[in-house]
Amino acid sequence: MAADFVIEGLKANIEGKEILKGINLQMKGGEIHAIMGPNGTGKSTLASALMGHPKYEVTEGTAVLDGEDLLEMAVDERARAGLFLAMQYPSEIAGVTNSDFLRSAINSRREEGKEISLIRFIRQMEAKMKELEMNPEFLHRYLNEGFSGGEKKRNEILQMMMLDPKIVILDEIDSGLDIDALKIVAEGVNAMRSPERGFLVITHYQRLLNYIKPDYVHVMMQGRIVKSGGPELAERLEAEGYEWVKEELGIEDETVGQEV
Amino acid sequence: MTTQTILPVDAERLSELSLSGGEPGWLKDSRLQALALAAELELPKLEKTRIDRWNVNNYGSYKAAKLLTALNEAPSAIAALIKDQEDGSLIIQHNSGVVYTRLAPELAAQGVIFTDLQTAAKEHGDLVQRYLHKAVLPGEHSIAALHAALWNGGVFLYVPKNVVIDTPLQAVLLTDDAEASFVPHILVVADTNSSVTYVDNYVSDKAEAGLHNGAVEVFVGAGAKVRYATVHQLGEDTTDVTYRRAVVENDGTIEWIVGEMNYGDTASDTKSVLKGNGSSSDAKVIAVGSGSQKLNYTTQAQHFGKNTPSDMITRAVMRESANSIINGITKIEKGATRADGQQTEKVLMLSPKARGDANPILLIDEDDVTAGHAASVGQVNPEQVYYLMSRGITRHDAEKLIIYGFLAPVVSQIPLEGLRNQLQTLVERKLGQ
Repeated sequence: MAADFVIEGLKANIEGKEILKGINLQMKGGEIHAIMGPNGTGKSTLASALMGHPKYEVTEGTAVLDGEDLLEMAVDERARAGLFLAMQYPSEIAGVTNSDFLRSAINSRREEGKEISLIRFIRQMEAKMKELEMNPEFLHRYLNEGFSGGEKKRNEILQMMMLDPKIVILDEIDSGLDIDALKIVAEGVNAMRSPERGFLVITHYQRLLNYIKPDYVHVMMQGRIVKSGGPELAERLEAEGYEWVKEELGIEDETVGQEV
Repeated sequence: MTTQTILPVDAERLSELSLSGGEPGWLKDSRLQALALAAELELPKLEKTRIDRWNVNNYGSYKAAKLLTALNEAPSAIAALIKDQEDGSLIIQHNSGVVYTRLAPELAAQGVIFTDLQTAAKEHGDLVQRYLHKAVLPGEHSIAALHAALWNGGVFLYVPKNVVIDTPLQAVLLTDDAEASFVPHILVVADTNSSVTYVDNYVSDKAEAGLHNGAVEVFVGAGAKVRYATVHQLGEDTTDVTYRRAVVENDGTIEWIVGEMNYGDTASDTKSVLKGNGSSSDAKVIAVGSGSQKLNYTTQAQHFGKNTPSDMITRAVMRESANSIINGITKIEKGATRADGQQTEKVLMLSPKARGDANPILLIDEDDVTAGHAASVGQVNPEQVYYLMSRGITRHDAEKLIIYGFLAPVVSQIPLEGLRNQLQTLVERKLGQ
């Protein structure tokens, strides 16, 4: 069944300051939506609020995935309901190996007694790592510890591939990647495209969208989606920057919640 | 101010005990001198710990133990530890005395001695006398003095020159009678170029308050290698005070693996004296504190020899209202050129009432050395929990992964698989999972 994801009137605060001021967005399985916008306009906040980062307080709105409001759920329940966020800054956790971590994540989706067998798991993980051109030693490395920026991003994509989510949010997955790594990551994402799965790609560079072609493009400013369109919108933003959007909408300062 | 040491036994009774045990005269004298010292000495001074408020006087009195005729007669409290040990080298101490001793015949044939210390004092008097109380001195404080006066049972392990032993020798020490004194002394002597692994477990099974006053002395000869692993899992009512010390000659190696899994108040001090040139020490301590335990763990390395590396790692998890003071002392003496002393103490606290205090201390009297320390005290990082949960892992499992992950880098380095698994199980039990 194709995923159906509807965000309505989402408002969120960080430390009492409102960052998201009413986000509305609808997406279905098979679609790729890009959210673009300059720094400080609330893009990453949207990703974190949807996942349930403890620092963000959702004050209004709903985010309904296949009939269930994710915002009513704990972080782990959201993940098990099918949401996946590839993070901009993944945590490093010493002592927990990449494979132990991912096996726990997979088993959290399975009933007790029906855990994935170790051999099957390792085989799957090795195959996916090969696709991402990751050194097999990353299986036994501690989670993200000592990984380079690019290695962390690949590891995020690896997790996405292993967990088979319904809705994937990629939060600035392109930051810190050189062009070769970017291509590998994009290939990984494209390999996961399916009529069931939806993607929300957050970026402020059009570059990524050359490799992951969006169906819809949204521009975020001041904590809202201020403009939506097709792939041509991303191209125009790349060619002309964001100034014309600001002029068209009469926006002077596009940021939100920044210290003055 | 001086506090009067309460002597659990008088000189007359101590003499009687020594005589009735058939101990040699030098040992009786050694006990009596230590008892006299105990009366004059004060309790040890422990960093930020009021050991004077602990239950350190419940010695009980010597009670003769009944020998086991077969291993399957051993108390059930230690059954799991001695499973399948019929053919191994094993000593069991039950309260005040050793009740079972077995040395694998192939080791005996190579001249290895493995027996209780009281027997060794009779049968190998010269050897025992040369080493006994030479690393932990009775004059250090009243607890060491009382130990030297009262020790019972115990283990003597002697490995002759050039003998290399692959299988670990083991001891299990059980206290289940609060009225019986439990003061085992472990003495290990590894002669030149020998190699040995010794593993012991301290277990209690009783409800009344008791005390373990233990001392461990390890003498590592030139080029010898001793791996000493010890797991303390004494119950809530047993106070544990243990001094461990190794003296290492030229090119010798001591490796300590210490699992502090007690449920009662614990003070332990594990020290390597790197006497010879090229001698080295590696100490790993894993600790879990729970309930209202008061804990004071010290690891020390003292460098006299040149080219002497030492490494000390302590990782402790504190839950509920456990209170721990963790000290690491690296002392490099003048003349110990090219010594390298490293230490790390890390504490993870799982509750707002838990306390952990890490004190790294470097005392260096020589210029041509390298030394380093790292210490950290912290709580489970909420960002890490969020990250794990964002992949579908429950909060409980996420925290569990992080806690085990905190200990894993040290546990995974333990070279004995059985011990590694045992520690893992004890950690799980102490963490209530």
